[in-house]
Amino acid sequence: MVYLTRKAEFAASHYYHNPEFTPEQNRALFGKCNNPNGHGHNYTLEVTVKGSVDPTSGFVVDLKQLKDVMNREVLDAMDHRFLNKEVPEFLHQIPTTENIAIAIWQRLAPKLKAAQLHRVRVYETPDLFVDFYGEA
Amino acid sequence: MKAYLTRRYLFSASHRLHTDAMPEDWNRATYGKCNNPYGHGHNYQVEVTVSGAVDRGTGMVCNLVDLDGFVRAEILERFGHQNLNTLPEFRDLVPTTENLCIRIYEILQRGFHHAHLEKVRMEETMMNSFAYAGGKDLRD
Repeated sequence: MVYLTRKAEFAASHYYHNPEFTPEQNRALFGKCNNPNGHGHNYTLEVTVKGSVDPTSGFVVDLKQLKDVMNREVLDAMDHRFLNKEVPEFLHQIPTTENIAIAIWQRLAPKLKAAQLHRVRVYETPDLFVDFYGEA
Repeated sequence: MKAYLTRRYLFSASHRLHTDAMPEDWNRATYGKCNNPYGHGHNYQVEVTVSGAVDRGTGMVCNLVDLDGFVRAEILERFGHQNLNTLPEFRDLVPTTENLCIRIYEILQRGFHHAHLEKVRMEETMMNSFAYAGGKDLRD
């Protein structure tokens, strides 16, 4: 089994707000992340797949195909977007880094054919990242 | 849905690798320039990984305000800009980054209860790093 990781970057804005909470609860819980007009990050995405090395190609996965899937499923949807308003998953769910990692996993997992998705890592900043392994 | 959240922190401290239990030439042979008598410093990076179910209301594994507050009060304030050899926990323990990593894990394990502690990983320099998961094997 060999693990292969491909990296991508996207820039997006978001804010944290739960309409079931009062304005005071939202402010207390989310602090400045609750500012209503949003704020942005340069996100770094690392997608790790695993599989055996194909004896003919020497590949775990065709990197071009992986790149195309990441571009189509993730970057086209999230890059230079306001996540709360423009990405369907976040119309009714807070776009925390945790939920972004889960959403990216759910977008990629059904589209990857040759290799198996192992981990989605999303950096919100160089000092904060979330890993999701598809665990319930 | 279970997710793993990692936060990175920085602090600077000095240390000297030396044990009184062994003779001078053993210390010099084992620790090399890290045994120089007045110590030397590093910019330590600490990565704390916690895990848990993503809360449906907040979208979070744990609130970073809680994690940052705990780490600042219990770890950065304690070790930042200190000579590690002078601290009580290293009176009889060589302040290698292995031992420092274990100590920081234990502080978190004992005092931070907002999420499950997975591991502590430390970089002493860009060229070396250490990780401790309470004796468990690491996933990656």
